[in-house]
Amino acid sequence: MFGLLMYGLTLLTMIGIYGVLTLALNLQWGFAGLFNAGIAGFFAVGAYTTAILTAPESANHLGGFGWPPLAALPVAMLLSGLIAWPIGRICLGLKGDYLAMASIGIAEIIRLVFKNETWLANGTMGISTVPRPFESLGQPWGNAAFLLLVVLILVVLYLAAERAWASPWGRAMRAIRDNELAAAAIGKDVVRFRLEAFVIGSMVMGLGGALSAMYFKFIGASATEPLLTTFLVWVMLIIGGSGNNRGALLGALVVWLIWSGTELFTNRLPAEWITRSSYLRALLIGVLLIVVLQRFARGILPERPPRRID
Amino acid sequence: MIKVENLVKRFGGIRAVDGCSLAVAKGSVTGLIGPNGAGKSTLFNIIAGLLAPDQGTVWLDGEDVTGWPAHRLFRKGLARTFQIAHEFGRMTVLENLMAVPARQSGERLVNAWLRWPAVRREEKGIRLRAEEVLAQLRIDHVKHELAGNLSGGQKKLVELARTMMWQPKVVLLDEIGAGVNRTLLAEIAGEIERLNRDHGYTFFVIEHDMDLIARLCHPVIVMAEGRVLMQGSMADVRGDQAVIEAYLGGGKSGHDGVRRGAA
Repeated sequence: MFGLLMYGLTLLTMIGIYGVLTLALNLQWGFAGLFNAGIAGFFAVGAYTTAILTAPESANHLGGFGWPPLAALPVAMLLSGLIAWPIGRICLGLKGDYLAMASIGIAEIIRLVFKNETWLANGTMGISTVPRPFESLGQPWGNAAFLLLVVLILVVLYLAAERAWASPWGRAMRAIRDNELAAAAIGKDVVRFRLEAFVIGSMVMGLGGALSAMYFKFIGASATEPLLTTFLVWVMLIIGGSGNNRGALLGALVVWLIWSGTELFTNRLPAEWITRSSYLRALLIGVLLIVVLQRFARGILPERPPRRID
Repeated sequence: MIKVENLVKRFGGIRAVDGCSLAVAKGSVTGLIGPNGAGKSTLFNIIAGLLAPDQGTVWLDGEDVTGWPAHRLFRKGLARTFQIAHEFGRMTVLENLMAVPARQSGERLVNAWLRWPAVRREEKGIRLRAEEVLAQLRIDHVKHELAGNLSGGQKKLVELARTMMWQPKVVLLDEIGAGVNRTLLAEIAGEIERLNRDHGYTFFVIEHDMDLIARLCHPVIVMAEGRVLMQGSMADVRGDQAVIEAYLGGGKSGHDGVRRGAA
C-alpha cells in the first residue's frame, strides 16, 4: 500500500515537472512557432544551477553554496533566460529551420560543458547531494509536499499561459507564427516578440530542470539526455495538442504514463534485451506518436482561438 | 507621399528593379502597371521594407526611410496588402483585424497578465472598430471563421480590411482584384474611392485589371524592365506606342488577356 502511494506520488510529480516543460515549449512552438530543439540545454542550465547553489560545499565541483532550495529556483530561471537571450538575438532573425539546428547545437555544447568541466559540476559523475525541499517531513509527507509545490507552480504557469494566449500579446505572437511578413507589415516587431517567447519559454524550461534536479536529488550527464528532455517533451506537446495549454498538460500526462508504464514492461524482458530497453521505449513512443497523429492530426486537444474577453 | 530615386535591386543576375525613380503624390490614387517581371512587386517590397535596395533612396512623407524594417514603416503610416493573400490562417477573421493596431498596451506581457481596466477598454475599442470595418466590407458573417478557411477573394478582403483598421497615410495595394469577383471588385473600388475622398488616404495600386485602373487611378505609371516607361492619365497610357508594345498588346481591348497575370 505504502509502495503504491509512493509510486503514485512519483508519477504525479514527474507528470507535473514534464507539464512545466510542455507549457514552456508550447509558449515557444504553439504561440510563436519557434522550433526549439534544444530543450535539454536550458533544462541543464536550470538543473545544474540549482545543484551548485543548493548542494553542501564540496571539493568535487563549484560550490556548493548550501542555499535554501526555493531561493535557487528564481536564479535558475534567471540564468536560463540570460543564456537564452544572446542565443535568441543571434538565431531568431534566421528562418525557422536554422533555429532548430542552432538550438540542437547549443544544447549539446551546454551539456558537454557540464559533462567535461569537472571543476564545475563533477563531470560525468554529476552532483548527487542536491537537497529536496520538505525532505525533513519524511516519507510520504515530504514527497506529498514537494508534489504540492510542483502543482502550485504548474497552476500559476497554466493561468499565466492562458491569459497570455487570450491577450493582444498572444494574438501578436500567433500572427507572427502564422505569417511573419504580414505581421511585420502590420507593425509587429517580429524579433522582439520572438525573443520574448524564446527567453520566457527557456526560463520556464530552466525551472523544470531545477525542479527535476531537486526531485531526483541528483544532476548528471545522464539526466540531461535529449531523449528524456527534448524528445519526450516534443512528443508530449504534439500528442497533447500544440497551441493548447490544456493539450500540453494532457500530453505530459498521457505520454509519461505510457513511458513509465513501459518501464514495468521492459524490466521483465530477458536479460539480453534489457540493455536495449531505452531504445525499445523510444521506438514505442515513436509508434505511439504516429498512431495518435493518424487519428488526431493536430493533437488530442487541438488549438482553438481564445474565447473573447469582453 | 512616396518618392523613390534611382532604385536598383538585383536577384542573382536579374536586375528586377533597375534605376527606378517615381513619386506618388499625397492624396492621389496612383496606378502601377506593367508586364510580368517588370519589377512592380519588387518595388513594392522595397518601399514596404521587406527588401533592402542595392542602390537608391526611398522617401516616405518627406523622410528618408531607405532600409527601414517593415514594422517601423507601418508605424509611420504605410500599410500594404500582398499579391498573394497573407492572412493569419489559424486566427479568426476578427482576430486578423484586431491584431493590427500598433503598440497595443495589451501587447506588453505584464499588461496582458494584469488585464488592467484600461487594457480591456482599449481591446473593446479595437473590437468595435474591427466589426465596423468587417461590416463595411460585408464580410462580417465570417468574422468567427479561421482566416485560413476563407476563399481566395475573401482573404483579399481581409487584407484590405486590415489596412483600414488604422489610419494609414498611404496604402500599397498589390493586385487587390486578383481572385475577387466583379461585383465585389466594384464594391472594393468604391471603398477605395471613399477612403481616398473622405479620409485622405493615398493609394498606390498594382493592378492588371485595366478597367479598375481606369476607374480609380490618376496618374498611372507604367513599368517595364525595372524602370518607369511612362507616366500619365489612363488615356495617355492607352495611346502610347511604347506601352502598347511592352504591355497592352496590339488589340484595343488588351486588358482582357492580362487580367489574371502575375507580376
